[in-house]
Amino acid sequence: MSVRNKKRTGQLRVKSKTENLSEIRDFVSSKAREAGIPEITVENIILAVDEACTNIIKHAYKLSPEGEIIIKIDYDKEKFTVTIIDYGKSFEPDRVPLPDLQKYYREHRVGGLGMYLMKSLMDDVEYISVPGEYNQVLLSKNIRSG
Amino acid sequence: MAEFSTSVRESGDISIINLKGFLDAHTAPTLENNFTQLINDNKYKIVVNFSDLAYISSAGLGVFMAYIESIRDNKGDIKLTNMSDRVFNIFDLLGFPLLYEIYKNEDEAIKKFSGS
Repeated sequence: MSVRNKKRTGQLRVKSKTENLSEIRDFVSSKAREAGIPEITVENIILAVDEACTNIIKHAYKLSPEGEIIIKIDYDKEKFTVTIIDYGKSFEPDRVPLPDLQKYYREHRVGGLGMYLMKSLMDDVEYISVPGEYNQVLLSKNIRSG
Repeated sequence: MAEFSTSVRESGDISIINLKGFLDAHTAPTLENNFTQLINDNKYKIVVNFSDLAYISSAGLGVFMAYIESIRDNKGDIKLTNMSDRVFNIFDLLGFPLLYEIYKNEDEAIKKFSGS
C-alpha cells in the first residue's frame, strides 16, 4: 500500500448532550478538510453526522446526558467513513421514504427528517444494533479521486 | 458550544425574527421561545430572516413545522427570507418549498402579508 492509500483515522468520545453537537461537527469538519474533501461535501457529511448524533441523544439515550457517543473516522483517498457508536436503546430503522411533511407537522414528528437527510446526503448508511450491547451507524461518502 | 441568537423586530403588524449562527437540536429551543412568545401576544404574521444563519439541522427545521399550523389557524403565516443557497438546499431536500413561502428578501415577504 502506498503512502497515498494509507488509511487515516481519528476518534472522538463525548457525552450524550446536545451542547456537544458543535464539538462533534468541528471534529468531523477538521477530519474531512484534512482528507481534502470539497467544501460542499464536507458540509453534507457534517449535517449527516449531526443528524445521527441528535437521534442518538434523543432516542437511544432519551435525552439522558450521561450516555456515551463514540465517533470514529476512517478515510483513504477513495472513501470517508464515520462510524458512530452508542450504548443506548437499540434502534430499528424502517424504510425511509420522502417524509410526508404535511402529516409530519400535524403530528409534530420530526425524527424521520434527520434519517431522510442522512440517507440523502451520504452514499451509504448502515445500522448495526446488538440489543443490550451497542448500536452502530456507519455513514460513508465516496471521495472524488484525483 | 454552538453560537446561536435571535432578535425580533416589528414592521407594522408583522413580526420579523432574525436568525444568527448555528440552529441545531441544542439551540432550537431559543427559536421555539420566540414563536411561543409571538403566539402568546397574538402576533401571527411572522417573517423569519435567515441572512445571518450559518447552519441548520432537522431539529431547526422542525421548529417551523411545530408552529405553522396554529399560526395559519389564526390567519397568519411564517414566511422565510434571505436563505443562503446552502440552507435553502436543506429546506428543498425536505420538500419545504411546497408548504412554506420562501422569498429572496424581507420586503417581498412583508408585501405579501400587506397584500393579503
